[in-house]
Amino acid sequence: MAGSTLELKRISAVSTAPPGVRETTVVSKYIDTTSCIGCKACEVACQQWNDLPPEVTVQFGTYQTLPDMTPSFWNLIRFEETEVDGAQAWLMRKDQCMHCADPGCLAACPAPSAIVQYVNGIVDFNQEHCIGCGYCMTGCPFNVPKLNKTTSKVYKCTLCVDRVSVGLEPACIKACPTGCLQFGSKPQMLHLAEQRVARLKENGFANAMVYDPPGVGGTGVVTVVAHGDRLASYGLPRDPSIPLAVTLWKKPLKWLGNLGMIAGVVVAGLHYLKFGSKPEPEAKEPEK
Amino acid sequence: MNATRRDFLRIGAAGAAALGFDLAPARAEARALKIARTTETRSTCPYCSVSCGVIVHTAGDKARNAKPFVVHVEGDPDHPINQGSLCSKGIALKNNIVNDRRLTKVLYRAPGTDKFEERTWDWAIDRIAHLFKETRDRTFREKDSQGRTINALTSIGVIGGCTDANEINYLMSKTFRAGLGVVPIEQQSRI
Amino acid sequence: MTNGWNDIANADVILAMGGNPAENHPVGFRWVMEAKRNRNAKLISVDPRFHRTAAVSDVYVPLRVGSDIAFLGGLIHYSLSKKRYNEEYVRHYTNAPLLIREGYSFNEADGVFSGWNAETKSYDKSSWNYELDGQGYAKIDEKMEHPRSVFQLMKHHYSRYTPEMVSKICGCSVAEFEKAAELITSTYTPDRAGTIMYALGWTHHSFSVQLIHAAAMLQLLLGNIGIAGGGLNALRGHANIQGGTDCGVAYHNVAGYIAMPKSDQTSLKQFLTAVTPKPLRPNSMNFWSNTDRFFVSQLKAYYGKTATAANEFGYQWHPKIPQAGTGYENWSWGFLFDAMYAGKMEGFLNFGMNPVSNGPNSKKAIAALSQLKWMVVAENFDQETSSFFKPEILATIDKKPADVQTEVFLLPAANFAEKDGTFTNSSRWIQWKWKAVDPPGLAKPDHEIIARLFLRIRELYQKDGGKFPDPIVNLNWWYSNPVEPSLDEVCKEINGWDLTTGNQLEKFLDCKADGTTLSGNWLYIGMYTGAGNLTQRRVNTDPTGLGRYPNWSFNWPANRRIMYNRCSADSKGKPWDAKRPTIAWNGEKWTGDVPDYKPDSAPEQGMGPFIMLPEGVARFFVPGQFVEGPFSEHYEPAESAVVNPLHPKTSSNPLVRRFSTPHDKLGEAKDYPIVCTTYRLTEHFHYWTKNNPYNMEIQPEFFIEIPEELAKDKGIANAQMVRITSARGSIEGKAMVTKRIKPLDINGQRVYQIGFPIHWGFLGRGSQKGSLANLVTPTILDPNSFAPEYKGFLVRLEKV
Repeated sequence: MAGSTLELKRISAVSTAPPGVRETTVVSKYIDTTSCIGCKACEVACQQWNDLPPEVTVQFGTYQTLPDMTPSFWNLIRFEETEVDGAQAWLMRKDQCMHCADPGCLAACPAPSAIVQYVNGIVDFNQEHCIGCGYCMTGCPFNVPKLNKTTSKVYKCTLCVDRVSVGLEPACIKACPTGCLQFGSKPQMLHLAEQRVARLKENGFANAMVYDPPGVGGTGVVTVVAHGDRLASYGLPRDPSIPLAVTLWKKPLKWLGNLGMIAGVVVAGLHYLKFGSKPEPEAKEPEK
Repeated sequence: MNATRRDFLRIGAAGAAALGFDLAPARAEARALKIARTTETRSTCPYCSVSCGVIVHTAGDKARNAKPFVVHVEGDPDHPINQGSLCSKGIALKNNIVNDRRLTKVLYRAPGTDKFEERTWDWAIDRIAHLFKETRDRTFREKDSQGRTINALTSIGVIGGCTDANEINYLMSKTFRAGLGVVPIEQQSRI
Repeated sequence: MTNGWNDIANADVILAMGGNPAENHPVGFRWVMEAKRNRNAKLISVDPRFHRTAAVSDVYVPLRVGSDIAFLGGLIHYSLSKKRYNEEYVRHYTNAPLLIREGYSFNEADGVFSGWNAETKSYDKSSWNYELDGQGYAKIDEKMEHPRSVFQLMKHHYSRYTPEMVSKICGCSVAEFEKAAELITSTYTPDRAGTIMYALGWTHHSFSVQLIHAAAMLQLLLGNIGIAGGGLNALRGHANIQGGTDCGVAYHNVAGYIAMPKSDQTSLKQFLTAVTPKPLRPNSMNFWSNTDRFFVSQLKAYYGKTATAANEFGYQWHPKIPQAGTGYENWSWGFLFDAMYAGKMEGFLNFGMNPVSNGPNSKKAIAALSQLKWMVVAENFDQETSSFFKPEILATIDKKPADVQTEVFLLPAANFAEKDGTFTNSSRWIQWKWKAVDPPGLAKPDHEIIARLFLRIRELYQKDGGKFPDPIVNLNWWYSNPVEPSLDEVCKEINGWDLTTGNQLEKFLDCKADGTTLSGNWLYIGMYTGAGNLTQRRVNTDPTGLGRYPNWSFNWPANRRIMYNRCSADSKGKPWDAKRPTIAWNGEKWTGDVPDYKPDSAPEQGMGPFIMLPEGVARFFVPGQFVEGPFSEHYEPAESAVVNPLHPKTSSNPLVRRFSTPHDKLGEAKDYPIVCTTYRLTEHFHYWTKNNPYNMEIQPEFFIEIPEELAKDKGIANAQMVRITSARGSIEGKAMVTKRIKPLDINGQRVYQIGFPIHWGFLGRGSQKGSLANLVTPTILDPNSFAPEYKGFLVRLEKV
């Protein structure tokens, strides 16, 4: 994966494992919400590493930076003031792309190569191929991808693929002061999470749990919560899954591929009829 | 159908891809690592007293003809306290160093005016030195009311140093107190 | 910090009080989380607000702003009455067995100690002292049963601080207090360690020194001082505020915590006699008996060859603090600005400070600056002080630029990454940093600015003469590049060298009182030895596994990682806890961390473990040093919504320092019924990051945290604009209506508390709107430290 291309997983007309294939480990983030202090180091680390322009924000009566993630704000800590069993609580959870093993965004995406999943599990958007249709936003059960209306491209956390691909940890993970964020292989992160949950249960948090929802094949973000009975307080859906429409769109109807090929040809033909051949150089592109 | 070229291409591509065609090879192009060949300098965060080790990444390999500029700042993983981590202030240090609000000129406000004017260093140092000497010579307290030697200057105050190096704090005490006789020397620790 | 950041990971119980470390020292706080994760340590947060630290705490106790001494007094009482203290530790390592003079007492009804003069409002402190024997040593009752033993006096003094009284004063419930007390005092056994982390939440009170005194008493009772995972840890605020304090950047002392000479100390000998303590116990090391070596070596560093025995090493060149009445002139921050306000100052130099914003009572500061003839500010960014003459800032005191004749010089200064040199952190590590880039434009490093200015002034004195040029022309300016002294050379000088051999000093007692050595700051001796500049060491191995890192940078004093570490072992020299040893006696010498003790003094010799104190033992009862009493006593803030339930007659600190200008008004609860406090946010650093787009992005605007119940009373909605007004001024901002501050029941009275962060002002990115927190705070000072009472004053609140 180093450099700019994907590792090959399979090669056509070769039945054995392709020579030179490197072993790749599925990576994961670990978020222990019970040791998060909401310091927002991860928010700024993300902005800073990815050179994202600062958002113009306003104080809206909370410590939370923004109501939701934006096309240039991919990592948001959600704050919730509440009471648990009569005691005050201030819950904080780092929200970002969950890097699902079975990514709804990718399933929904109609643009070739715009969304990819690397063999290490990272789900990444390639904006140069993105057509801005927003289907990925519908496909995501966590409401993560955000459309930039000016560029008509959709953006989200890349899991710092540029860092991970050369052997570094993601920027948010490295920055985290309390160590509530960790990075490693998925089994390692699950192990950590299970240990932490056991400790929490020992300390009286009977509903402590590891959040790694099976509906999306598990996520590349393993989350520990103290109050598993109130996932909504953390902004986490209980049983996320890929919307049915998206599932239908991509899977059972795959056999319609033949039909699609014809449709594609027809569309291409219509295009030619309407616009003729591509003029050179192309005039300034009209914006929506 | 009032479709533009871009809309039309979009629909076409989507249709083809969704139904099995690939218009581009399935490869992903990850961005190159922006700190791959930067020069790393070990420093200490200037904010709180935890003293996180930071690495300042500058462009260029220190070749004589390259003028380094800061590309990125990240935690120093070797530092025993922060072990690579930083808070939301420390991780934003690049924009503290590279910041369009940084002062880059010597500024002077003349009495009674409402704005700064540009001056040179030589002019400013000379003017301050004269003002200092004039005030000192006129108000210096060689003796107290009982005739005991005190050699104290209390009409000039000096404050600072909480984010300056020890060596600078020391030079401040040495020049202003031991040299020029200033008694009112204070810093942030008081407040 | 007596211990250090990494050492917190060794604690079993962590009390975060008078501070919000998760907010203000998030990376230091990582070691709290390590203790929680790895040892299942318990974090107790005691604070008016349920804040970021409270959010991850195991026990949270709310308390009223400024009632901390009552809470700590309650813990002292809990420990003593339930026999939850380390008796051997208390007997051998503290002054609990020492006897106090007859005549000492505390008047419980009036709330004053013996010696109080109600007319002059001052104390005759002569009774606050030990009963001495014929040799001048304090008398002792090893059994600690004598009614005038410190132990019995302490027990009696704190017997009033029952859980019920704590609840009455602090507003927490008895059950909440007792739950915390049980956990905190659980560390009195040798196998458990407890630490206290505090910061400005304790120092910003009119009784701040006594507050920290109370915390020290608690830690001594529990045997928590000197041990791994223990200590009393002050989380300093700025990158080098510790170093600035060490290097004498304060009017009252020179480098290395040696008192400033005073006008009546007319000779070097008189000065040294006055500042060198005599031992108060036969077994006391009394390390300050070496003050002459330290001070003479400092004078040699200042005046070089011109400092000789014949001229008292230049003692008369060094300024002395002038006498004022029966005491001395006070030039601490608050007094300095009061004098400036009164037109008693002409010039002001300011290196990277913003007193209009960070000092108390901004309007008074602005008015004070407008009295100056000239002011110099060396800074990275323009700020409220350098631009105080701008119309919008002068408008706060109803003045216009034309009214202000101050000449202002704003000099562009290099920042941390643009120069090298050392910072001293809270762990007392002196760490070198390396320059990464050149400063932008014409900006220059501060040492070059200081050097150029000094050299130009010296030139003028050499050329034209003037008042008392001697110290100026004789100042030891030996640097290879005089206009920009190499900080490596300055670092060498601070450590110092032997003038005969030219060798760098290796240890404290290498410096001499006869003028044959030079050392800018004795406390830093060992940082730059024959082995080189040890502040640059980067060996991050930790052989003990206890987070000591002995070869990382240099740790003052003497590369010692844990202070008072003799107390980590019992009276026989065996570590209290074999799993967490700090030092141990091996039959010949002390091994482990660098001992805070004579390295070869056997335990049976019984030398006192607190080598810097003339008694050799720690002080529960502080003889004579503090102005308002030898034991800490709960007093209310100067502006308080309630009357002190312990002694209504003396409700607040009777010796509080205040001023009398029109800006120094105090309000009363009938006009200003709400208790207010100020604090900092993790997203910002002081008034600095309001220039940083990313920090402004994550915390864009000034806001005021208001309890839900109070908001409902006042009809205030979340994020609505509100105004708070104190007797000094008013400020507007958005309301943050929260569940995290609860109304408290104080002695039957409902008390509302609100608070707001500092960080904004007039200059910066985005909409600053003049939201300067200190427009409303008072210049009320602690009478020992002269720190302002930013925490705990009165306001009223209304919708805009």
